Amino acid sequence: MLRFLFIIIRRDMLLAARRRGDWLTSQFFFVMVVSMFPLGIGPEPEVLRMVGPGVVWVAALLASLLSLPRLFAEDYRDGSLEQMLLSPEPTVLVTLGKALAHWCIYGIPLLLITPLLGIQFALSAEAIWVLVLSLMIGTPVLSLLGSVGAALTLGLRGGGVLLTLLILPLYVPALIFGAGAVDGALSGVGYEAHLSLLGAFLVLTLMVAPWVAASALRVSIE
Amino acid sequence: MSIAWYKYAAPVTFYHLAGRLAPWFAWGAALLTVIGLYIGFFVAPTDFQQGEAYRVIFIHVPAAWMSMFIYLVMAFWSAIGLAWNTRLSFMMARALAPTGALFAFLSLWTGAFWGKPMWGAWWVWDARLTSALILFFLYVGIMALWAAIDDRRRGDKAGALLTLVGAINIPIIYFSVKWWNTLHQGASISLTKAPTMATVMLVGMLVMAFAAWFYTIAVALVRVRSIILERERQTEWVKEILER
Amino acid sequence: MEWASWNEFWSMGGYGLYVWGSYAAVVVGILIEVILLKRGQSDTVRRLRRLQSWESQ
Repeated sequence: MLRFLFIIIRRDMLLAARRRGDWLTSQFFFVMVVSMFPLGIGPEPEVLRMVGPGVVWVAALLASLLSLPRLFAEDYRDGSLEQMLLSPEPTVLVTLGKALAHWCIYGIPLLLITPLLGIQFALSAEAIWVLVLSLMIGTPVLSLLGSVGAALTLGLRGGGVLLTLLILPLYVPALIFGAGAVDGALSGVGYEAHLSLLGAFLVLTLMVAPWVAASALRVSIE
Repeated sequence: MSIAWYKYAAPVTFYHLAGRLAPWFAWGAALLTVIGLYIGFFVAPTDFQQGEAYRVIFIHVPAAWMSMFIYLVMAFWSAIGLAWNTRLSFMMARALAPTGALFAFLSLWTGAFWGKPMWGAWWVWDARLTSALILFFLYVGIMALWAAIDDRRRGDKAGALLTLVGAINIPIIYFSVKWWNTLHQGASISLTKAPTMATVMLVGMLVMAFAAWFYTIAVALVRVRSIILERERQTEWVKEILER
Repeated sequence: MEWASWNEFWSMGGYGLYVWGSYAAVVVGILIEVILLKRGQSDTVRRLRRLQSWESQ
């Protein structure tokens, strides 16, 4: 079973490595959206410090939504998704593996870029560290919940916008706990409580989302 | 007591049952509204803190309750439908959603009109208001998903799955929003301490809540009849109805 | 009775805009829903009748 999971993850990552343009798009999208905010609201460091964590988090949500429609679409088009569902291994492993692969491709580079963006927003070293930590716990939630949306909207016209409508409300707790952790660190309240709650949300999502995504995938393909 | 529930779950029986029940609920809703508004405007006294502005609660609170309650009912029908693949459950979920979205919108609107005189702003990022807004977004998402899927069976099940995910998420959303709200004390105004309400006001509010219930049931029954006709149009009984 | 005159009733102690603004929204919302519902119902029947007459030809 684990072997099957690893095969799925490895396969998606290999495909992504061959088509670098695809996933670089969402990373650059992330950087550009975040960089637009200082231009829009002015360069005062106090203001930037105040909005920075929220801006980075919202941009991370949007960047995940940008890359999610492709999660199942290409395998669906060339028929390999159906083959995976026909295999005797449980479908949950397919959705879980694909969500994890998505996180590796979209989430980890995002974590690496974030410190630079933190500097743009005049965040202190501690705040940047907390921001990266909150994204490290939070972005898997986005990939997992997003896989549900991607499975539900598979093959629909206007799937990308629809996906945003469906999934954005579900992202709210991750956004609040994630951006809140950095706010807590900035104001000296402490960030541990936020991060634990975010972690709890991650555990819950990990337990529920792959199963729902698997049923959604079966519904969409039938 | 053994009622053959499965008999009522047959679309043909339910179509006629709904047709017979809907007018009763509609008239019941009208009657309750008249009684509730009479109590609300002519019996209930002026509130000593809020003046006359509090009279918005006679629709605001029922609308807010209904928007949440309808979502729960939708989640219930979605779960039943997914578990036993009963056609009628999915139809009920579809029939309820627009009314739920309407009530969610109305609770936001009336909340704004109540909030403006009470705390001086049309909109405050209070925990309840924010969760109501997100609930409204969830309704919109579910209806958008139904609208985008042409295949009926796929739409039913996809919508049901999304409804259930939302239902699991709603308590977490509410909790997170509340948590977020307590941390940003600057903007928050505590609404949790509801001023003690006179019994008459409470009675008026409850009557209006029942009116909203009856209205919802009536509307959902009428809507589900159209859905049944559409889906069963190949059957003999629908053909007979249409020939009339 | 709470109100001395209709004028007083409509002004709602100075909160008329807020009280009636919210009640008006509810009335409009429900009217729209009921009208759409009625129209949807007759549309459905009409469309299904037409479909049926096509199919029987």
